[in-house]
Amino acid sequence: MNITVNGNTVEAREGEMLLTTLQRAGVRVPTLCHMPDLFPSGACRMCVVEVEGMRGLVPSCAHPVSENMNVKTHSPRVVRARKTIVELLPADHPDDCLYCVRNGNCELQKLANELGIRERRYAGKRTPDKMDTSSPSIVRDPDKCILCGRCVRVCEEVQGVSAIDFAGRGSNTVISTAFDQGLNVSSCINCGQCVMVCPTGALREQSDTKRVVDALNDPEKYVVVQHAPSVSVTLAEEFGAKPGSDICGIMTTALRQLGFDRVFDTAFSADLTILEEASELAHRIQNGGKLPMMTSCSPGWIKFVEQYFPEFIGNLSTCKSPQQMLGAVIKSFFADRENIDPKNIVSVAIMPCTAKKFEAQRPEMVRNGLPDVDAVLTTRELARLIRLRGIDLDTLEPEMQDTPFGERSTAGKLFGATGGVMEAAMRTANYLLTGEELKQLNVRAVRGLDGIKEARVTINGVELGVAVVNGLGNARRLLEEVRDGYRDLHFIEVMTCPGGCIGGGGQPLGTDPEAVKARMQTLYKIDRDGDVRTSHGNPAVQRLYKEFLGNPLGGKSHELLHTHYAKRETLT
Amino acid sequence: MTAIADIQTVLHKHTNAGRDALIPILQEVQEVHGYLSKEAVVQIGRHLKLPASKIYGVATFYNQFRFNAPGKYHIQVCRGTACHVKGSANVLDALTRELGVAPGETTRDGVFSLEIVACIGACGLAPVISVNGEFHAGMTPEKIKTVLDAYRKEAEGEPTDD
Ligand code: SF4
Ligand code: SF4
Ligand code: SF4
Ligand code: FES
Repeated sequence: MNITVNGNTVEAREGEMLLTTLQRAGVRVPTLCHMPDLFPSGACRMCVVEVEGMRGLVPSCAHPVSENMNVKTHSPRVVRARKTIVELLPADHPDDCLYCVRNGNCELQKLANELGIRERRYAGKRTPDKMDTSSPSIVRDPDKCILCGRCVRVCEEVQGVSAIDFAGRGSNTVISTAFDQGLNVSSCINCGQCVMVCPTGALREQSDTKRVVDALNDPEKYVVVQHAPSVSVTLAEEFGAKPGSDICGIMTTALRQLGFDRVFDTAFSADLTILEEASELAHRIQNGGKLPMMTSCSPGWIKFVEQYFPEFIGNLSTCKSPQQMLGAVIKSFFADRENIDPKNIVSVAIMPCTAKKFEAQRPEMVRNGLPDVDAVLTTRELARLIRLRGIDLDTLEPEMQDTPFGERSTAGKLFGATGGVMEAAMRTANYLLTGEELKQLNVRAVRGLDGIKEARVTINGVELGVAVVNGLGNARRLLEEVRDGYRDLHFIEVMTCPGGCIGGGGQPLGTDPEAVKARMQTLYKIDRDGDVRTSHGNPAVQRLYKEFLGNPLGGKSHELLHTHYAKRETLT
Repeated sequence: MTAIADIQTVLHKHTNAGRDALIPILQEVQEVHGYLSKEAVVQIGRHLKLPASKIYGVATFYNQFRFNAPGKYHIQVCRGTACHVKGSANVLDALTRELGVAPGETTRDGVFSLEIVACIGACGLAPVISVNGEFHAGMTPEKIKTVLDAYRKEAEGEPTDD
C-alpha cells in the first residue's frame, strides 16, 4: 500500500506502525519512549505527526498505517508540539551537561539541539532527588531522569526482573525500586540493560576507573589486566568504527601503553572453564548428578537463580566464571611463578558487563583475604581511559598478549556470543568422552540470536538435550517449563543479556540488533579462521594442568576454580 | 508470625483473584496491619504474580497507603481548607522539623508517626491535629512542642511491650 509523506509517495506494509514506515523511508522522526521490538507505549508523544483527517496529532510509534494516509512529519504544528515537550522535560533537569557522563552522547541534549531550544522557558520547581550509589554495578541519578520508562520496560519485558517501576504520581513521579530501597538490596541482577537504553545520564555504571588509574600510577603495584572475549569486537565502536570490527592486537598495545604490566586474555580462562565444565557435565551424566546442568559464567543469571529459583541452585555448574578463574590463577600460579607477592598484584578485568563488578565483590570470590579480581572496567570505561590518556588507536601497531595466559582457542573466543559456551563445551565434551574430535566443529543449531535455541546432540552414543538461552525473560520461561517437567534437557547455557556478552550492559550504548549481529558474525569468522578451535587443544591450558592444576575437577581446581551459591532473600 | 497469618487470611478471601484485586487487597491488608509492610507486599506479589516494585508503584500512586508501621502515637495533620487558611502548612512544617520525619514516616524510636489527611471535619478547631484520635485545636508551631512533649512523657512513663 502507499501513503503520502510530506507530499511524497511512500510504500507502507499492512499492519505496521507509521513510525516503521517513516524510518524505512528515511524520514527521521524523533522518539523517546519507543523501543524497537517491544510493544509501543505511546507515552512520551515525542514522535507525533499530523495525519490528514485526524483532529489531534498522533504518535507515529503507536499508530498503524492505512491506505492513502496523508502524513506531515515536520509541519509547524508538529514541530511546535515537539518543542514544547522537550522544553518541559528539562524544567526539572539540572544544568549539568559539563559534568555529565552522557555529555555529547545524550538524547535529551540532541533533541534540544535539533529543535533549536536555546533558553529555559519553563523553570519548574527543582526537586533534588538523592543519587543511588548503593549498587556495585549501577548508579541511579534520578535528577536526570526524564521518565521515558525505557529502563522499566527493559527490566520487566526483556529481563523478567522488574527491579524498578514508576512510583508516585503527577509531578512527584519517579522511577523507584520497591520501597525506594537501594538497588543493592533490590531484586536488580546488575545486568545494566537499563543503562543501555537510558537516553540520559540518569543511569550509568558504577565506575572503577579511578581505582585502576591510581593502581597504574603506584610503582609498588603490579597491575595485570584481562579482557573478555567480546570486548575486542566492540571497543572500536566507541571510536567510531562500524560494528563488528575486531581490534584485539591494537587493544593489547593500548593496554600496554596505559601501563598494565601484563595483558591476559579471558578467552584463555574460557578454555579453562570449558575443561572444568565439560568434565563436570560428563561426571554428572555418568554418576547420576543433578541435571540439567546450567552454565554459571553469567553473574546476572546466577543472582537471578539465587533469588527466584533457589530450587535450581544445585543445577548450576560449580565452575567459577572465566573472569574469576583467571583472577584465581593470577594470584596463585602466576604470582608464585613470577615471585610476586599476591598482595601487590592489582588484577583488573575489562568486561562487557556491569554484573561482573558485582561478581568480583562476591564474598565467595575471596581467598586468603584477597579478592580474585580487584577491579572491573566495562568496555565503555576502557574507552574513556584510552581517551583520557590521549592514545590514538589509529596509529598503534597490533601486539601479542602475554604469557602464560595470553593464548586462547577460538572456542574460548566464542564465549562472547549466545551459544558460544555450548558450542565450545560440545567440542570438548565429545573429545573427553570419545577421545575423538567432533567431525563438524560448528554446532549450527546453537548459533544465532534466537531467544531460546534447542538441539539434540549425540555424543558417544548418548543423546543429549541442550538448550541455549539469552535474555532472562526467556530464561524464566524455560525454567518454568523445566520445573513443570516439560523439557528433557541435560545442559542449558544461559547468558543474561540479549545476544550474550556482545550485547552486555557494559558495551557501547544502545541495543541495535544489527550491531549485535555484526559482532556475532565477527566472532564466528575468528573461529572459522582459527588454528586452534577447541579448548582442550589450547597448549597454554594443557601446560597449566601439567605444571600446576593436575586434572580437571582435581583438588587444586576445586580450591581455585569452583564455587558455591546460596538462596538470596531480596524484595522480589 | 501472626502478621503473615493475617495477610494469608486476606489473600484467602481473594483466591484466584486477578490483578484488578490489587487495590482492595492492599486496603484490607492496611486495615488489618495499619500499614503495608515489605513482607506483606512480597506475599501479595506472590499471590497475584506481581513484582514488588510494581505493587509499590501502584500503592504510591494513591495517598491512602502507608509503608511504615504507625508509631505509638499517630499524628494526623488536617489539610482541609479551613485549616489551610489558618496556617496548617506551618504546623506541618514544625512537626516534620521537630520529629525529623516526613509525612508517611515513623520516628526511629517508633513513638510518633505522621500523616496528612483531608478535612477531618473539625473546622471550628482549625488548625487542628489529631493524635490517636484526640483533637488538639488552634495549633501553632509554638504549641507543637508542648503537645509532643506531653506524649513523650507519657511514652517514657509506660514500659512498652514491643
Ligand atoms: S543527562 Fe543529558 S541533558 Fe542532562 S545533564 Fe547529562 S548530558 Fe546534560
Ligand atoms: S541492571 Fe538489569 S536488573 Fe538491574 S534495574 Fe537495570 S535492567 Fe533491571
Ligand atoms: S532512568 Fe533513564 S531510561 Fe529510566 S525512565 Fe529515566 S530517563 Fe528513561
Ligand atoms: S516515541 Fe512515540 S510516543 Fe514516545
